[in-house]
Amino acid sequence: MDAALIWEWVIKALFLIFFLLGGFAYLTWYERKALARIQVRYGPNRAGPYGLLQPIADAVKLIFKEELTPSMADKVIFILAPIVTVVPVMLMAATVPWGPPIQLFGRTINMSVADLNVGVLYITSIASIAVYGIVLAGWSSNNKYAILGGLRASAQMVSYELALGLAFVLPILLAGSMRLMDIVTKQAEMGWFVLIQPVGALIFLIATLAEIGRAPFDMPDAEQELSSSYHSEYSGMKFALFFMAEYEKMIVICAIAATLFFGGFLGPGVDKWPWLGPIYLLAKIIVLLFLMIWVRATFPRIRYDRLMALGWKVLLPTALGLVFVTALGILLAEAVNPAMLWIIPLLSLVAGVLAVGVIERALRRKEYARR
Amino acid sequence: MLLEYIAIGVLLFLATAVAAIAIFLGELFGPKRKSDKKAQPYESGMLPIGPGTRRMPVRFYLIAVLFILFDIEIVFFLPWAVVFRQLGLFGLIEMIIFIGILLVGYIYAWKKGALEWE
Amino acid sequence: MSIDLILFLVLALVAVATALGMLFSRNAVYSALFLVLNFATVAVFYVLLSAPFIALTQITVYAGAIMVLFLFVIMLLGAERLPASPALPWQRPLAIFLALVLIAETGYLLLFRQAVTATVSLPQTDVFGSPSQVGTALFNQYLLPFEVTSVLLLSAMVGVIVLTVRKKGERE
Repeated sequence: MDAALIWEWVIKALFLIFFLLGGFAYLTWYERKALARIQVRYGPNRAGPYGLLQPIADAVKLIFKEELTPSMADKVIFILAPIVTVVPVMLMAATVPWGPPIQLFGRTINMSVADLNVGVLYITSIASIAVYGIVLAGWSSNNKYAILGGLRASAQMVSYELALGLAFVLPILLAGSMRLMDIVTKQAEMGWFVLIQPVGALIFLIATLAEIGRAPFDMPDAEQELSSSYHSEYSGMKFALFFMAEYEKMIVICAIAATLFFGGFLGPGVDKWPWLGPIYLLAKIIVLLFLMIWVRATFPRIRYDRLMALGWKVLLPTALGLVFVTALGILLAEAVNPAMLWIIPLLSLVAGVLAVGVIERALRRKEYARR
Repeated sequence: MLLEYIAIGVLLFLATAVAAIAIFLGELFGPKRKSDKKAQPYESGMLPIGPGTRRMPVRFYLIAVLFILFDIEIVFFLPWAVVFRQLGLFGLIEMIIFIGILLVGYIYAWKKGALEWE
Repeated sequence: MSIDLILFLVLALVAVATALGMLFSRNAVYSALFLVLNFATVAVFYVLLSAPFIALTQITVYAGAIMVLFLFVIMLLGAERLPASPALPWQRPLAIFLALVLIAETGYLLLFRQAVTATVSLPQTDVFGSPSQVGTALFNQYLLPFEVTSVLLLSAMVGVIVLTVRKKGERE
């Protein structure tokens, strides 16, 4: 262990944290602008050119807001909850590789904070820690809306974590490794995993929307019904941290989705010019983020019982089926012919259509019958 | 290999520091004009009725237990997926038996209406 | 003292402190949080022992899933602040007796078994404790326990459904 190594850790960690902070600020701008354009409005356009200074104005405003603490609240946990919400999000990004290893000052530097051999498990474990912030925020506020909202939001998160976890299994199966770098390099030879497992990627994206609490699964933000649920009592910077956690989570999840299913930092010319890697990854993240915003602009919020039914009765069995379809395809490709790998997208499309066609319809028919 | 976990430790420390500084800034610069009205729990403008914490539906417990069970199943899936190519058909059959037994429980839960949310 | 030993001692202190914090908190939510910290410390121990897979499983399953269940239960009951309950009559003597047995055992081990200082050299390679090695061991050597686990999970699932799900139309 030498001084250079410690500097490398600190610099990488700070770089990641400030990238996420800056990304959070400009993602709010990006979202407001994109939503406005979809609704044929202008969006923020007063602060600076194209409203580019809006995030800074918002941050300054939030710093100068009063921090309210309800009298009945548990003071310690009330302050702890936003920290516990935001820190796991930053930790989650640690394993994402931003490019091939580069040579700098005579040392080989990996383009990720930590390229663990259990990378995917690390992501799931940190994601499961993120539930605490929400439960604790709801509980410590000592407010009926907040507690109920916190419980509902966390129940939603854990329900969709299952489908998400099974979707994580698919790229591991295809790559035969949990290391994110291996998953990316495997995609260089096999093609992006979204081509082999399109339904898996779709389930991943849907489950992440619910996991983050984005529209159309934005129960945690249901202002009309639950008065903003678990962060009802929060104001000022503590509220900003919850907000930050949501937006940083969007960025991190998109980075993970891009790495697992969309080839990560791969793109034409990366072998020759490694500095293109981060640019490609960033471009993919921005495209995926736009997808999320597009979904928010398009779909109305889904009712809570339907949301739970979708998670437990449609996504979970479908994802389970996809795991076995993928395993079967790999077996056939190894035993018979590598071209048999293309049986995976075919069969998984069938599985997806079956799931939506049979289960969704059955659920809907049952609901009509009940009325 | 341990070194990479130290890198995560460094990130954990710095991330916590950034979050704590953010809250500290808010406490430092924010106005402090406390009043009894502001300190009340928010209940859509009504006077709060009864304590904030109360007993909650048992359904959340059910969801949490089912989550644990399936989470354990997923944890088994991960190493299985890593070594699947070495295990081959044998591995597939192993996992089908494992999931087959669990599926019985899943179907039971479905039929009993445990997955329903009223 | 090597860095490993210092690290171990610090972590051990944290582990003991969080365990004590869990025991002495009068608020059940604080107890649960101390227990989460304790699990996290144990996970770091596993990392030190070059078993990252077990460490992260520990965090996912214990800290991430089981403790969330605990928190849920505490909130469901709305019973996070414990009243000072009167101790059972035989509880105190029994506790003292068991504590003495534990101290005697530890003392015996420390005094008489000191000779057995098996220094297990940890393989520091990237292969040991890697997911592929865990997978190979789990799905060949420990196949039967793995399959039996599913029966365990199944019985837990049936149990919770029997306990919590009411029949249709049966309401309070």
